[in-house]
Amino acid sequence: MSSTTSAIVFENVRLIDPAARLDQPGRLLVRDGLIAGIDLPGAEGAPEDAVVINGGGAVLCPGLVDMRVEIGEPGHEYRETVKSASRAAFAGGITTVAVLPTGTPAIDDPAMVRLLCSRGEEPGHVSILPYGALTKGCRGEELAEIGLLSEAGAVAFTDGARAVATARLMKLALTYARGFSAMVVQHPEEPTLAGSGCATDGELALRLGLPGIPTAAEAIMIARDIRLAEMTGGRLHFGHVSTGEGVDLIRRARERGLAVTCDTAPQYFDLNENAIGDFRTYAKFSPPLRAEVDRLAICAALADGTIDAVASDHTPRDADDKRLPFAQAAAGGTGLATLLGVTLTRYHDGTLSLSDALALLTSKPAALLGVSGSSRKKGTRSAGTLETGAPADLCLFDPDRAWRVIAGELPGHAQNTPFDGRALEGKVLGTWKSGVRVFGDGV
Amino acid sequence: MAEGQAGGSRFFGASGRHLLGVQGMHPSQIIPILDLAETYVLMNGSRKTPRDRLRGRTLINLFFEDSTRTRTSFELAGKRLGADVVNMSVSQSSVNKGETLLDTAATLNAMRADLLVVRHSQSGAPALLAQKVDASVINAGDGTHEHPTQALLDALTMRRHLGRIEGLTVAICGDVAHSRVARSNIHLLCAMSCRVRLVGPPTLVPGAMASLGVEVHHTMEEGLRDADVVMMLRLQHERMSGGQVPSAREYFRFYGLDRKRLELAKPGALVMHPGPMNRGVEIDSQIADSDQSVIREQVEMGVAVRMAVLDRLARGNRS
Repeated sequence: MSSTTSAIVFENVRLIDPAARLDQPGRLLVRDGLIAGIDLPGAEGAPEDAVVINGGGAVLCPGLVDMRVEIGEPGHEYRETVKSASRAAFAGGITTVAVLPTGTPAIDDPAMVRLLCSRGEEPGHVSILPYGALTKGCRGEELAEIGLLSEAGAVAFTDGARAVATARLMKLALTYARGFSAMVVQHPEEPTLAGSGCATDGELALRLGLPGIPTAAEAIMIARDIRLAEMTGGRLHFGHVSTGEGVDLIRRARERGLAVTCDTAPQYFDLNENAIGDFRTYAKFSPPLRAEVDRLAICAALADGTIDAVASDHTPRDADDKRLPFAQAAAGGTGLATLLGVTLTRYHDGTLSLSDALALLTSKPAALLGVSGSSRKKGTRSAGTLETGAPADLCLFDPDRAWRVIAGELPGHAQNTPFDGRALEGKVLGTWKSGVRVFGDGV
Repeated sequence: MAEGQAGGSRFFGASGRHLLGVQGMHPSQIIPILDLAETYVLMNGSRKTPRDRLRGRTLINLFFEDSTRTRTSFELAGKRLGADVVNMSVSQSSVNKGETLLDTAATLNAMRADLLVVRHSQSGAPALLAQKVDASVINAGDGTHEHPTQALLDALTMRRHLGRIEGLTVAICGDVAHSRVARSNIHLLCAMSCRVRLVGPPTLVPGAMASLGVEVHHTMEEGLRDADVVMMLRLQHERMSGGQVPSAREYFRFYGLDRKRLELAKPGALVMHPGPMNRGVEIDSQIADSDQSVIREQVEMGVAVRMAVLDRLARGNRS
């Protein structure tokens, strides 16, 4: 990590800022940790005191905003700490993460929200936007203090990978949260149908003898909650949607004008259930990996804008959590370092333009979390933008440079990637947070 | 039976002889009660009340739900007018032994009560009783439906302090959804052309309440601005266990009445509360005890208003 300088000029870069519909070669000036302005081609000269960085034609975009991340803190520091997660995030071009409230203890007290925020402000750490627990202890019984948690800095409310099971509680949550303009994030899986299942119902689960979860478990929960959002006027978001039926329901709700949004994670548009092969627990997720037809439907929903964001769904797990019989193994994969590279597969195969792919990783999640543009809440640190005056959180990457994912050699502590061995195109060359270089050297 | 028909005849109409609710009452029915109550305020003050007014009349306080202040208030009102007052509370009655509401009505009817003051946890219970008894039934609070004498005493308190009721801006804050006090006040204040604002979290003040002809606000800052009257409601503990409100501290932080929020209302705005108060939950102690608070006076007005109601109903019955 290099030291702070008062001014930096990035030159010979392709500037992409999806929020501003900007995609063209140019220069970007950083002063005192803030973005000081953009020059279009032809501009010359730089402030005398400025450090000049020649991007060699690489893309310079806002530091990525990852809206669904689990960190081991508090309570599971052996899996991951803010420090190790920051290393992985910066290597992936991510400068802001929204952290799930499902630590031990759950983030259901304003003091815990403030603690997480301040951990993200420490030098060398990724910025943290904490989710507040939707219910006390994330136990799904009583509402948490949504007002006080919002005031402390919680950006949205969820019980993580635990669905709000009863319609009554979801109705209350959406209704109460509306009073604070707070977003409720649901895990889209009807828990009584999911039961103890660990793979998607179908031929593969049958052959492997694994208890299945029907894709309808997602559709039923999404349909129910859309109806509740319509009834209450609440702000509803679905995390990691993974089925065609699910995104269809969301697409239709939006056509009717409802404020329902969703995100997905790389494993749902880059892998299908075959990845679990011979009981490969590193490919065990919640929701489980789906059939190819659903993967294609998720790609289509990315292309047509039904899906608002791609989040890593980073879930650090130790080898001990994974080296178990499939049904007993922990679900989830590490995802920070691979988020950009896997998302860019959809650019390279023509599903998305580069700017649209980056919007899903920067401006759109930032807007959902209330840290950018017109939706930005007072007092928050702006993210996901190159606008003048914003913190200089930047990602410099070469969209065409290839690299290979190797479990055991990923940056950060957690190594439980489902993408082991995968060749990706799109390599991060450097990451800056508040104008301080936090990843990469040279260019 | 004639009550409950169109035209607000539930009260003092041509054949109305009960007070079951404020809904449907016309200002021409409300104002005479307040005027009569004013005279009782003066008489109560000088301890000279017309003890012959209800002499020989029997008033039964029939309380299926615990209450101290409302029951006592009706008891005093009846006694100051010379009625024979009997208190029946459910814990002592045969209701606990399985008697139905209508059996109870038949029993009381046989005792020839003239005035029946009823509180019940079920909305509509007094209306059911009213169909089966010869006495005048006064609703002293039924479920989450109405508490008409509370609205009348609140109106009297406002009128005495502000000189009028018409056109006032009144903010009713807190657990409106489960409040019979709020409903009766909404009906009365709307009938009197007030601007009524309901303020509270959406779980306690559903947006659909706007259909009653009121404004709905979810922040105190919006709802209290330039109000003439701030009426706080009690937050029942079961709202926390029922999940509508996460905690008392959060409730006070966002929906409690403190000095800063009260300053948003008009200078000298009245602070009201039907009691009993939860200090530090819906209201700051300093505000409850401040000069702007008329909470104790509401209790005083309660006796006078109930005297007026008993008087009018009993005399209506006589003629």
